[in-house]
Amino acid sequence: MKHAGKVAIIDGTRTPFAKSGTDFRDAMAWELGRYAIKGLMSKAGIESKEIDHVIMGTVASDISTTNVAREAALGAGLDNKIPAHTCTVACISANMAVTNAAAMIATGNADAVIAGGVETFSDVDIKISKKYRKFLLDMTMFKRPKSLSGKLGLLKGMSVKDFIAPESPAISEFSTGLSMGKNGDRLAQRLGITRKEQDDYAAMSHMRAVKAIKDGVLQSEIVPVVMPGQKSSIAIDNGPREDATYERLSKLRPAFDKKYGTVTAGNSSFLTDGGTAVLLMSQEKAEALGLKPLAYIKSFAYTGQDLFEELLLGPAFAIPKALEKAGLKFSDINVLEIHEAFAAQMVANIHCLDSATFAKESLGLSEKIGEVNMDQLNTQGGSLSLGHPFGATGGRLITTCCNRMKKEGAEFGIVAGCAAGAVGNAIVLENAN
Amino acid sequence: MKYISKETTDENILVITIDCPDTKVNKVSSGLLDEILAVLENDIEATAVKGLAVLSAKDDNFVVGADVDELQAMETEAEVKAYIKKAHDILNRIEALPIPVVCGIHGNCLGGGLELSLVADYRIASDSTSTVMGLPEVQLGLLPAAGGTQRLHRLVGLTTALPMMLTAKNVRVKKAKKMGLIDEIVSPFALRDAAIKSAVALSKNKKKKNKRKKSPVDMLLESNPIGRKIVFSQARKGVLSKTFGLYPAPMEIIASVESSYRKGIKKGLEMDVDRFANLVMSSESKSLMSLFFAMNELKKNPLEDKAKPVGKLGILGAGLMGAGIATVSTPHCETILLKDVSLSGAASGMKEVAKSLNIQSKSGGITAFERDARYGKLIPCDDYLQFKSSDLVIEAVFEDLTLKQKVLKDVEDATDQRTIFASNTSAIPIGDIAQGCQRPENVIGMHYFSPVHMMPLLEIITTEQTADHVTATALAFGIKQGKTCIVVKDGPGFYTTRILAPLLNEAVFLLEEGVTAPEIDKAMQLFGYPVGPVTLLDEVGIDVGAHVGEVLGPMFEARGMVSSSSLPKLFEKGFLGKKNKKGFYDYTSPKKNGMRQANMDVYKVIENSGRQAMNMDEIQQRIGLMMVNEAALCLEEGIISCPRDGDVGAILGLGFPPFTGGPFRYVDSVGVGIILEQMNKLFDTYGERFKPAGIIKDMAKKNSRFHS
Repeated sequence: MKHAGKVAIIDGTRTPFAKSGTDFRDAMAWELGRYAIKGLMSKAGIESKEIDHVIMGTVASDISTTNVAREAALGAGLDNKIPAHTCTVACISANMAVTNAAAMIATGNADAVIAGGVETFSDVDIKISKKYRKFLLDMTMFKRPKSLSGKLGLLKGMSVKDFIAPESPAISEFSTGLSMGKNGDRLAQRLGITRKEQDDYAAMSHMRAVKAIKDGVLQSEIVPVVMPGQKSSIAIDNGPREDATYERLSKLRPAFDKKYGTVTAGNSSFLTDGGTAVLLMSQEKAEALGLKPLAYIKSFAYTGQDLFEELLLGPAFAIPKALEKAGLKFSDINVLEIHEAFAAQMVANIHCLDSATFAKESLGLSEKIGEVNMDQLNTQGGSLSLGHPFGATGGRLITTCCNRMKKEGAEFGIVAGCAAGAVGNAIVLENAN
Repeated sequence: MKYISKETTDENILVITIDCPDTKVNKVSSGLLDEILAVLENDIEATAVKGLAVLSAKDDNFVVGADVDELQAMETEAEVKAYIKKAHDILNRIEALPIPVVCGIHGNCLGGGLELSLVADYRIASDSTSTVMGLPEVQLGLLPAAGGTQRLHRLVGLTTALPMMLTAKNVRVKKAKKMGLIDEIVSPFALRDAAIKSAVALSKNKKKKNKRKKSPVDMLLESNPIGRKIVFSQARKGVLSKTFGLYPAPMEIIASVESSYRKGIKKGLEMDVDRFANLVMSSESKSLMSLFFAMNELKKNPLEDKAKPVGKLGILGAGLMGAGIATVSTPHCETILLKDVSLSGAASGMKEVAKSLNIQSKSGGITAFERDARYGKLIPCDDYLQFKSSDLVIEAVFEDLTLKQKVLKDVEDATDQRTIFASNTSAIPIGDIAQGCQRPENVIGMHYFSPVHMMPLLEIITTEQTADHVTATALAFGIKQGKTCIVVKDGPGFYTTRILAPLLNEAVFLLEEGVTAPEIDKAMQLFGYPVGPVTLLDEVGIDVGAHVGEVLGPMFEARGMVSSSSLPKLFEKGFLGKKNKKGFYDYTSPKKNGMRQANMDVYKVIENSGRQAMNMDEIQQRIGLMMVNEAALCLEEGIISCPRDGDVGAILGLGFPPFTGGPFRYVDSVGVGIILEQMNKLFDTYGERFKPAGIIKDMAKKNSRFHS
């Protein structure tokens, strides 16, 4: 294995993010992926023969395109000789795709990799009931009874409802049975985070996203999409709302813990469709092709936490771990892009990062990690406003972080996220200038 | 054996594999026929083989038809007759074999190839988008004389067989199975095995053939003489309304099929011998064959070594033209940027592309995923951010010199040395567009014709400064898109628009003199143009006509050629042609006898010396010779490099009557002396614009020809 230098991020792009059931309601996930890949290749100005591998993260995989990365790559016109795989770590799937790519490059197993993610909830696979599934599988595959009585026997214990009602696609934690939103409420209650703090944060997220769109900042990261047969283009995210003010948000009713909760539809991220793609290369390859990288990957870290109490605290756990690997202090970081699952989760993570108690009790550190400067965090909006296509969000965070670092002249930036299953991730980026 | 390899299987089935030497395609030739005959005599009729399987060794074709070179080289009718008789004898003997004959077909199965398969007992086709069947003889002015007219209708029915032969349309496997043309569809790799197994099964009477399902209408029309009479008379009417009797082949095809019903296959084939020989010897067929050869020659790129691949293509302007260019480029590029002033403009272009891709996929030409993948190569843009490292940018923006210069500058700023800039202008000199740009060596003209996916011609325009690799790349890309490309020199209107302009101008003069639009159009259709010049003006737009006149005017005026002022006047008064329903024809009232009527409002604007009848010959000469003479001038000036390119360009781009072989072959066949005489006469009456080209005068003196 050859010794490789730094892993460079050349560029990143994404489709617009659209609320599920809106602009991309007719798109399958692979299509969103191929638009992002195609846009990235074109923007970076490189040919597909330079690419060694494609990795895409996704969460709600479609059974007809289980390796959705491969379909997306082929659909983008990439040579069929380029292998592709799909990975999943819930909401940080794209982060994993990118760090997988970085590892492949760092170990000399690839020189150029496209990594990102795809997600659609407009066309999510809905399951029929467990009993009906069992009936169909026994009938057609496993038991295949020949006689009528045998066939009727399979119906034993089934009711009419089993044939009609599908299983609701709940986003609850398999091990705890708690939905993400309920866990958000639990976290807010435990740490004493108020409804106002949450609604203020959500309003800020929307305000920042709306401004970024008005300034044309987001557009430069987005490849416009024209769905086949449509005659209008989809060019910008439809999540950010100018009218998402504190006043309006504060009027919403709790969505999960309906009696005592503070988490509402307005201060939670919403179901979103979208695709993202990031181009990673070895420093040598980038130089050989005459490409100027945006940033280098300095370090990355993954963490696992308690499923009840720390489910949403991924950033607070992963950031110090990644910083330690990079040999940096929190104060060295000037650009932060953290995934906003819930406003409560953001406030909680900011609180923990700034807490000596948390540092001591949860991480065994003698000092707090550091105070988050709100002017450095998610300044162009976040998942609460732009939306959160689960498996794709990481690609947006990394692209935006790189672009912000370049624009703001920051030396280091960090990307972080939490995921179902209580897994956390942080990636430290170094400006390539 | 040179053309065939043979092998007898354990099941005692003889497998013959056709593999014509030194060529990528199998063609029916005397050589192949002789070998088939030998196999028949020595390996089948004299042996105890239980069946025959016929396959091809080529990658993408079964047999593509007759060897046209061989046909073209035949000098006497007797030669042609002997050739086609030999084919009949062999095919009849195969048909009469007591053992089952099975054809395994992958790729093109056309003309003589399909006729060979028609005498088999069973046809198996590969499940591939490249497998197509058809009888294209009519395009060469011929009829499918090796049994096509006699046997096809027996399999697929009269109402399917006739259009197949008259339009030369190819049929894909799924449709072929449905119409009863093939019996079975298998994977390309199972073809040999399936053919052998089917032969075995058929020899044991254990295999059912695929029979088409006749609809009640088919029964009504095909199964009795009265119904058939209606079909034949309708077919004749349809042909005449399109060809005006100028093309003998389609009428002969109908007559041949008719005699097959009336007199039976044996007599029918005998009659086909004469029909075929007459057609092969006809001037129409000779012209069409020369066009076929010229198009084949033009498929080769003389600059192939210098051509660079076009992976990333930018298209400026997402109108019909831009979308059309995008559509034909999707199979050959990795990325296509479709830019318009707004994203919604780009989006409407993409909708057009999606529409064409959908049609291709529905017809079985491409798979559904291929359709999606091709569409996925497109990116809509309203800026140049993504244009970095484009290999080729084709502009199809509005015809305005300043605008074209501006987009060239924008592209140069957004790209580098690597990027070729091609203008799809139809008239503006490329040199004018390149004036003052940074990299004039990278600028070239690629003049497509609308609708791009239908029109076969691409006119490539080079300036003095255009680099060789730029020409080579444009040529290679055009050929890949399936276009027949001619490379011409720069100048106002290049070749095609330049020779069209005087023709249209003359048509307008005739209108001013009081000849009506339908009279002019009818005369030119009888001359052989698919569309009359006045209708053409309405179709392309009076605004476009006026603009072309503006660009080309100075060049013509310098020669003392006056242009009519009617087009600019009409344009000023808001007459744009069909697009705004204000043209030379009336688009608001209903048609009379299927014809549009002249729009009388036009006469309020144009000079009009009152109604005047004119004999048709004079109309045809005045309008027709305008184009012919201008084409000769283009050759004289070196705009086109040879008469061949001039012929191909005029036929494929402008609809110059194909049966004439093009303006230069037309002069050759009429006689250059007679053409000069006609021109001189018109010159005496109408002045400078009919001044014969120098080259015509010279040639008349020497009594020489453009084509040897």
